[in-house]
Amino acid sequence: MSTMTRHGAALKVENCGKTFADGTCALARATLDIAQSETLVLLGPSGCGKTTLLRIVAGLENPDAGGRVLFDGKDLTRQPIEKRNVGMVFQSYALFPNMTVADNIGYGLKIRGVKRAERAARVAELVVLTNLGGLEDRRIDQLSGGQRQRVALARAVAIRPSVLLLDEPLTALDAALRERLRGELNSLLRTLGITAIYVTHDQAEAMELGDRIVVMRKGAIAQIGTPREIYFTPADRFVAEFVGAANIIEAPIDGTHLVLPGGRQPIADSGPRNQAVAMVRPETIGIVEAPASGLTGVVDSVRFAGDRQRIIVRGAASIPLTVDAPNTIKVHAGERIGLSIEPNSIRLLPAEG
Amino acid sequence: MRDRIIFILQLLFTLLVAAFLAVPAALSIAAGVTVNYFRGIQSGITLQWVAQVWELYAGTIMASILIALGTLAVTLVVGIPAAYALYVRGGRLARLVEEIITLPLAIPGLAIALALLLTYGGFGSFRRSWLFILAGHVIFTMPFMVRSVMAVFATIDVKSLDEGAASLGAAPWRRFIDVIVPNAAPGILAGSLMVVTLSLGEFNLTWMLHTPLTKTLPVGLADSYASMRLEVASAYTLIFFVMIIPLLVAMQWIGERGNLR
Ligand SMILES: Nc1ncnc2c1ncn2[C@@H]1O[C@H](COP(=O)(O)OP(=O)(O)OP(=O)(O)O)[C@@H](O)[C@H]1O
Ligand SMILES: [Mg+2]
Repeated sequence: MSTMTRHGAALKVENCGKTFADGTCALARATLDIAQSETLVLLGPSGCGKTTLLRIVAGLENPDAGGRVLFDGKDLTRQPIEKRNVGMVFQSYALFPNMTVADNIGYGLKIRGVKRAERAARVAELVVLTNLGGLEDRRIDQLSGGQRQRVALARAVAIRPSVLLLDEPLTALDAALRERLRGELNSLLRTLGITAIYVTHDQAEAMELGDRIVVMRKGAIAQIGTPREIYFTPADRFVAEFVGAANIIEAPIDGTHLVLPGGRQPIADSGPRNQAVAMVRPETIGIVEAPASGLTGVVDSVRFAGDRQRIIVRGAASIPLTVDAPNTIKVHAGERIGLSIEPNSIRLLPAEG
Repeated sequence: MRDRIIFILQLLFTLLVAAFLAVPAALSIAAGVTVNYFRGIQSGITLQWVAQVWELYAGTIMASILIALGTLAVTLVVGIPAAYALYVRGGRLARLVEEIITLPLAIPGLAIALALLLTYGGFGSFRRSWLFILAGHVIFTMPFMVRSVMAVFATIDVKSLDEGAASLGAAPWRRFIDVIVPNAAPGILAGSLMVVTLSLGEFNLTWMLHTPLTKTLPVGLADSYASMRLEVASAYTLIFFVMIIPLLVAMQWIGERGNLR
């Protein structure tokens, strides 16, 4: 279990766009490389084209002319899904109500002509892996949401697919279950070491599961990068605000400082600009005693959240600043405080275009 | 208090309507087993009329059953794959085809019969065979099969099921057999009962298409009303009821079970 083996194909999506028959342009031409055994997450708000891109890789949707999908260098663009050896977990799970759990998991093997005994062994293996012991003979309508999700996963994995495609597999579950299954799913993907594309609109899921994240917006790719790159160096305002909480400050620049209503704030990289759109994550702002010089503001509200507290500070910047402070700091509304921000944690974004 | 009065009035009205429909049926059935209808039930109860009908019209009864089963077979073999293709394909062409298939619902049976006669009347052997009536019944009942199968497709999200099976490597035909048909079973059953019932009772179209040698039960019934004693015609009705009522009850039952789920 500990030695990680690599499975699945390396994928290349080349110049794939999608315009539906009714004229909807769901996906602008996009090119993506996915390494063998990598988990790539497609992240974006509803309607941004995540499912469309996933379905093009799966072979459920044809890309516009000129687009190509390659598995290990082989062009499979013209092949339908049943010839691509993909494992797919649908948002609705698409389990077969007329079959038992075991028959659902074994269906792909049956199609491939795997002998009964061998099939049973593989199904048993997956039942253990996905924690479904004792449910083999149940019908699908006798399962809970979380169990269905696991059957869908087991069924997709059973065929040893070239790539595992997951379309918002946890969205149909309640928050607590979602969190737990996210962990299980993560360790399963690591154990299997299989190439996977995971679609979600939940940034926490994307952060935890993705080797790399593709942030999408209105049918186009906004940024591709590791979770850290996406979080700390977002390419633009959209990515910054979609992934985690962000203070977006517009302010003039004076050499190496942002000129803010509450004082001057040093920054690391400014370039030859004199007006900036800057991003500061709430947890990178420190709260200190109001200093003689430097950035100050007035506490507007304090929301205690157990492990931390969220403090809104007015007067420091052109907008109220959101600060996530340790739960031990004691401040109250109306108090004047100082704010300390590492110059390095301020990220300048391109001006809106 | 007012609610109660309204309820009682509604109940009375419903019973009245039911009686309006049920009494003639009951009278007709009673007539089929009385010795002499004009002297009433006190003349005695007999099965002689039923026996006589059987002797005279057994052929039409068998013909009706065979045609109903033949119609069922054709609508199953053609209708279910058609519904599947229409549903999974979607798009404008599919909708057009669906409209065309459904068209016979809106066209009087006589008009369909006339069209068939105009088109194929010249093909003598086809015109004279059972196949001609079968063709008419298939055209007439196909929309019911396609519609009820498509209705159940809509409730089971057949597109996802199909894609799920495809992702596991199943070719279209395999998915159809393994996944689509079993999960559409309630709709297929409901459609089948409807097709059989409609085919058994169809008169307009069949009357136009039939020849003296290709007569179905309802056509024979019309025939007996015109030329036989009232008791014989009634006994004939009785036989028709015996055939059709279990089908109607089964249809109702399946419909209710479908609603419960
Ligand atoms: N078959 C179709 N015909 C026309 N337009 C479509 C079709 N399928 C999707 N679209 C449109 O394409 C766009 C992208 O859809 P897609 O399903 O890829 O979004 P998504 O990112 O998966 O959204 P969600 O998070 O809500 O699932 C949407 O505007 C949608 O309305
Ligand atoms: Mg989607």
